[in-house]
Amino acid sequence: MDFATLLQVLDSTVRLATPLLFACLAGLFSERSGVVDIGLEGKMLAAAFASAAVAAVTGSVWLGLLAGIVSATLMSAIHGLASITFRGNQLISGVAINFLASGLTVLIAQSWFGQGGRTPSLIGGGRFTGITLPFAEALSGVPVIGPIYAELISGHSILVYVAFLMVPLSWFILYRTRFGLRLRAVGEAPEAVDTAGVSVIGLRYAAIAICGLLCGLAGAYLATGLQAGFVREMTAGRGYIALAALIFAKWRPWYALWACLLFGLLQAVALRYQNIDLGAFTVPVQVMDALPYILTVIILAGFVGKAIPPRASGEPYLKER
Amino acid sequence: MDKMPAWADAVLVPLISILLAAVLSALVILAIGENPVDAFKLMVEGALMRSAGWGYTLYYTTNFIFTGLCVAVAFHAKMFNIGGEGQAMIGGLGVALVCLFIPFPHWSIALLVATLAAGAFGALWALIPAYLQATRGSHIVITTIMFNFIAAAVLNYVLVNVLRPQGAMDPATAKFPEATQLPTFQDLFATAENPLFRGSPANVTFFLAVLACVAFWFLMWRTKLGYEIRAFGHSESAARYAGISPVRITVVAMLISGGLAGMMALNTTMGEAERLVMNATEGAGFIGIAVALMGRSHPVGIFLAALLFGFLYQGGAELALWTNIPRELITVIQALVILFTGALDNMVRMPLERIFMATRRRNG
Repeated sequence: MDFATLLQVLDSTVRLATPLLFACLAGLFSERSGVVDIGLEGKMLAAAFASAAVAAVTGSVWLGLLAGIVSATLMSAIHGLASITFRGNQLISGVAINFLASGLTVLIAQSWFGQGGRTPSLIGGGRFTGITLPFAEALSGVPVIGPIYAELISGHSILVYVAFLMVPLSWFILYRTRFGLRLRAVGEAPEAVDTAGVSVIGLRYAAIAICGLLCGLAGAYLATGLQAGFVREMTAGRGYIALAALIFAKWRPWYALWACLLFGLLQAVALRYQNIDLGAFTVPVQVMDALPYILTVIILAGFVGKAIPPRASGEPYLKER
Repeated sequence: MDKMPAWADAVLVPLISILLAAVLSALVILAIGENPVDAFKLMVEGALMRSAGWGYTLYYTTNFIFTGLCVAVAFHAKMFNIGGEGQAMIGGLGVALVCLFIPFPHWSIALLVATLAAGAFGALWALIPAYLQATRGSHIVITTIMFNFIAAAVLNYVLVNVLRPQGAMDPATAKFPEATQLPTFQDLFATAENPLFRGSPANVTFFLAVLACVAFWFLMWRTKLGYEIRAFGHSESAARYAGISPVRITVVAMLISGGLAGMMALNTTMGEAERLVMNATEGAGFIGIAVALMGRSHPVGIFLAALLFGFLYQGGAELALWTNIPRELITVIQALVILFTGALDNMVRMPLERIFMATRRRNG
């Protein structure tokens, strides 16, 4: 593999890791507050559709982004209603949200656009386009660093940079603010937070609102940045890969970045090479597809480090009377 | 006693949940500019008013009985098996292998052996998540989700690289031999003057599914193992105190669950397609969640819920054929059923409980 090919693979790694990263951080906020979220997939899908549909109708990608965030947050609200207010089973609620998004997006797309459950292709202002960072042109002549800067770092859409900035931001919010401390506490020992006079329910709703916002960004990037429009089931299991990355990262923001980049790389390689010839034997493309899931199972099994979820995750909080 | 009577819990709560789901679905149909009453009529017409419609409805019902029982077994042990889809895929692989490589003299022997193979393959696919949950505490929901994707990759590899006949384009096995093809309802019930179930895929597997319901009831409420599973589901510490091994119950319950999911593949693979295709399960593993929730994990409830979803599936196909309403409407209904009977259960239950309390106070 030559340098140029390597750069192309890494470039597509960055693009493919972006939605994973948004969704993974979304899950991180939710699960750190004690609300398990297997509905990331559905929220992303809803956001992808809403952003593409609004962008197609209005021609403005920013309105699309807003619609994506609103729709994902609405989905989050349903999840909150079921799992926080009515203390239902969070896993079942997540499953329901995935199906709700999967069905509604196609239903509404068919009713609005009549194109077999897709939105029209986005053109012009309906898409996020790449931004050329300063000096990218000038530096591209410099060996090694020039191409890396011009090809790999420069030229992505704004949401890619937002996603990567979200990592330190999430870290700061979680570990350096009072809100973050309380959020982490409510996922470990909600009764202690309650005793301290802080609302458990309020904190958890705040967490899933952040989760909705980030899922909205993930879906919007998918439909208006990575691709030009919505097609049915376009998330294609990314929500679950993000969930896998979250476990892989042991519910920590910086690790989430590396996990998402790793899984993004696997996707990029699987996309570019069908079967990888290693001389003695070939690695079929299906192995690359399955690798994130296999790695997650191994991590979950605790053979390589132990992934311990927040202690109160999955349990609805019932205030003592 | 500050509880509702048992009948209200078993019948009234699910019924109200379904009603809520139905009302919301009707609103969705209205919102996309169609008439919900006409749509419902069309669904009944297509799924229940002709014998061929019933043939499709019962075909889907068969799938959903198996996957519903699969989820229900796990529910009784207080586990959530989302892996029915993957277990059914791998079960299909078992069916395909025995059908393709064992020369059977008669379909009945083929069905017997294929049932064992489907059950064994499905159970095997549930074994690793079960074992990891029991001994290493890895959450079964996450591992079974992961195993769904791994199953899809395995099946994709096997169909593309191993079992695909020479020169064929689509990832599927060769057609199964004639002797393994199961008699359909048309073969069984149609006569020259009364052509019933024409061209519909319902087949003898349906009776196997009904049998599975009976066996499920017997296992759960009439055997020691069933009692242990339910006891473990109610309280792990109590079960442990009574000498029930949590590891054994977790693994055994998941093996039964996976086996039932695997058997679903008999219907789609041996009964309908007569070869193994990539998307043989068509999401039935997930519908099992809705079916088990609605059926309150009881075989009678599961049978009825599976029948309802069979009707919805066939009716939905008719809608897609004759109107502008795509099949995904059924996915929305499925989501609403899961939401109301599963996650928002308390929303329906709490006011009902209050009403019962109030009437009791007035009478007593």
